[in-house]
Amino acid sequence: MMKPTDTKNPNYYHKVVDCQWACPAHTPVPEYIRLIAQRKYTEAYMINWESNVFPGVLGRTCDRPCEPACRRVRVEEEPVAICRLKRAAADNKSDVSSLLPEIPSKKNGKKIALIGGGPASLTVARDLMPLGYDCTVYEKDPKAGGLMRTNIPSFRLPVGVIDEEVDRILDFGVVKKFNEEVKSLKSIIQQDYDAIFIGTGAPKGKDLDIPGREEASSNIHVGIDWLTSVAFKHVDKIGKKVVVIGGGNTAMDCCRTSLRLGGKDVKVTVRSPKADMKASDWEIEEAELEGIPIFDNHSPKEFVHENGKLKGVLFEKMEAKYKDGKRKLIPTGETIFFECDDVLLAIGQENAFPWIERDIGIEFNQWNQPEVNKVTFQSTLPRVFFGGDAAWGPENIIWAVAHGHQAAISIDHFCNNKDLEDRPSPLTNLVSQKMGIHEWSYPNDISNSDRFAVPHAEKELSLTDLNMEVELGYDEKLAFEEAQRCLNCDIQTVFSESLCIECDACVDICPIDCINFTQNDTEENLRKKLTVPALNLSQDILVSDNLKTGRVMVKDEDMCLHCGLCAERCPTGAWDMQKFTYIEAHADKSSIFEYVE
Amino acid sequence: MTYIKKPIFRHPSLPTNEIGLTYRDYEGVVSTLCAGCGHDSITASIIDACYELSLPAHKIAKLSGIGCSSKTPNYFLNNAHGFNSVHGRMPSVATGANLANRDLVYIGVSGDGDTASIGLGQYCHAIRRQLNLTYICENNGTYGLTKGQFSATNDKESKNKKGLDNPFGAIDLAIMAIELGAGFVARSFSGDKEQLVPLLKSALQYNGFSFIDVISPCVTFNNHGYSTKSYDYIREHRSLFGELDFIPEEETINTSYAEGETVTIKLHNGNDISFKKLGADHDPTDPHKVLNTLRNNRSDGKVTTGLLYVDPDKSDLHDTLNTSSKPLNSLSMNDLCPGGEELEEINNQFR
Repeated sequence: MMKPTDTKNPNYYHKVVDCQWACPAHTPVPEYIRLIAQRKYTEAYMINWESNVFPGVLGRTCDRPCEPACRRVRVEEEPVAICRLKRAAADNKSDVSSLLPEIPSKKNGKKIALIGGGPASLTVARDLMPLGYDCTVYEKDPKAGGLMRTNIPSFRLPVGVIDEEVDRILDFGVVKKFNEEVKSLKSIIQQDYDAIFIGTGAPKGKDLDIPGREEASSNIHVGIDWLTSVAFKHVDKIGKKVVVIGGGNTAMDCCRTSLRLGGKDVKVTVRSPKADMKASDWEIEEAELEGIPIFDNHSPKEFVHENGKLKGVLFEKMEAKYKDGKRKLIPTGETIFFECDDVLLAIGQENAFPWIERDIGIEFNQWNQPEVNKVTFQSTLPRVFFGGDAAWGPENIIWAVAHGHQAAISIDHFCNNKDLEDRPSPLTNLVSQKMGIHEWSYPNDISNSDRFAVPHAEKELSLTDLNMEVELGYDEKLAFEEAQRCLNCDIQTVFSESLCIECDACVDICPIDCINFTQNDTEENLRKKLTVPALNLSQDILVSDNLKTGRVMVKDEDMCLHCGLCAERCPTGAWDMQKFTYIEAHADKSSIFEYVE
Repeated sequence: MTYIKKPIFRHPSLPTNEIGLTYRDYEGVVSTLCAGCGHDSITASIIDACYELSLPAHKIAKLSGIGCSSKTPNYFLNNAHGFNSVHGRMPSVATGANLANRDLVYIGVSGDGDTASIGLGQYCHAIRRQLNLTYICENNGTYGLTKGQFSATNDKESKNKKGLDNPFGAIDLAIMAIELGAGFVARSFSGDKEQLVPLLKSALQYNGFSFIDVISPCVTFNNHGYSTKSYDYIREHRSLFGELDFIPEEETINTSYAEGETVTIKLHNGNDISFKKLGADHDPTDPHKVLNTLRNNRSDGKVTTGLLYVDPDKSDLHDTLNTSSKPLNSLSMNDLCPGGEELEEINNQFR
């Protein structure tokens, strides 16, 4: 027998909001999408800013774990364009300066060193500056931003967008130590910092040690280093024929940048089958739209050169064999030669800590990675914290931000002698959306439209200008239309068994057949005997207490459209549509929600 | 009423029937009745029954009179033929339609006012003539559209929402139907689809007049503490008259029935009804016993539901009148005007 679902547990309703649940920073997605539809772009932007600090950057570059999670994928096919709506909020917002947290002029006397000026460190600064901390950022490059600035080409992310969102935090009064590469952690520890946060990312591109690598090295470049050089304008051209080796997002950025720096014949080669490529589908799609061919199952064997002058790359064709769900790449013996002037290596990157002395109390594991607490982000030296790619290897910007928020909480606790394991609870709220008998304060008449494509700049123009943004973003009308596709999963179907008269009205009206009245049973049996069996085990079922007839109400959350028809057809108000607000706890407790609500 | 249209999205794993449709293909527009109305559950049951029988909607005609109940054909079978007729006159229109086209499945939806008051004469004669029609009376014992006056099926023991007594006794439409010679008579409750759907399927497959009296609580005017047609009252006072199962033709050969307790009733078109007796006096083929049981239960304050009476061998109106075996719209010129020789032969019969 199943017990009534404990909806008081904040995780129950949070999990129903698939996008927010999937977002590492738990951004309240449906809330800001509704604000976009109301043309309240500034508020929508600030809700984002509070959760993920870089809405303009992320609205263009996020890995968007929210989108594959979007309920719309299960209900039809294409998710709501959450990421690009975020950009629409950033593009259309007005001045936000009055909405930013106040920075106390009287400091609290605690000094924090942030090593590496990327999204993780900047998030820590964003959370600690309003509390009166004195934060110092050490950055080896002349400007802060980390990989957002160095590794993402400007045709995907204009420099102005990075400057705006990075400077906003630096302008809180962060002490800037730029062009200053930290060569020794000991030297930092010896200074009077109360805590040190290491957010140095994963700056080391992997090399490919095959014959010819050394001899032809002047035309073989490590992708992320090359992109950095392009970003800081140290490199402005490349050979006509370019081979990019690798199948991740860096490879896609390398090949598209090559096209804009004079490459005419640019190829991407991947060792694995195309379906297994690491790059996001949309990045692959953009590269292919620009006419770049992708050769999969190509394993590089040799850099062919004549007296040190690169001639091309020799590949061996591979074949993928699958056994027990595991993939094996088998060489076929067939070789292929691609002529080229330059090679870009984009076969992965890793974090590296040659600058951390091994005798200062920071333990490293067998893979030469620091031991970092998964919850507190604290290293074995209590004063030192890690976050972003530096903590556990390459992830992405949104994870770096999530780490930064958590690390800031830990640093704040650490500096105030509070228990680091004692994490603050999220702020949650549940409020009825009923406005009249059949009126709700959210748009429940959902759009049947397919996902709207983001308009692109003319290819002829954008391919000749490294700084011309390829995606133009949604205009206001498209943003509105796309926003209407959101199913408002944060508007929860809340059931009160004491009011139910078991008239079946909700069962009859539900367009997706997720409501059932049946005899209680084990979860396994209940799932099977619903009108449409609840076979997606990753989604919960909502089970009520016993009703008058001895049955229980069972609702499968999987496909629910949150259209509110159950509540509209309920004669007694046993069903109600209530907005579930979930705000992740941060070190800085000021909240834009007070302003929006 | 609900302002928005029901979303077109449906569960991707929704099953389909033999003709490749989901139950949602049998829906109509969103109901405009009060939220929680029993009639909406009956609508859902009709949708389920037609879906499960894999009936093509264009071979169904839905007819109704006037009243809350008579609005409901708009809420199911969007692609069926429909006629919303004059108050109490649904049986006349159904008779005309049925005589013209005997190949359609006829669903007549009426209410207690439409049937037991203004349309009582029409109701009686449709039964008397054995019109091949499934007559559904959505019975809530009240005039909902005119703000809750007692209807002719409201029990004497019942009071209205304000606590006033009902001065008159009730007409029992099911007893009346059996006495008038209906071939298929049942009573059910809108809140019990497990019982109602097999009854509807059997009735739709029955050749002749089938009547289902469905107690359907009016949430707005007749679902209070003194009502005898409220959700709670019916659930507490229901007496089941057997359990019915509808068995489609292709499954009849392989179905074995328990001896003694179960009666198998063969319908004209090859389908079976299996009737599981829940008491010694439950014999749906003996009208005298049935009427006795109904009257006894009634005086005990019980509402008898289930398949009450069935006579699978009754002939319908077309048999009685020896009408054309084909729908009139399919008769060709040659059928209608068979020529001089034929006329001569007919004339000779009278010479």
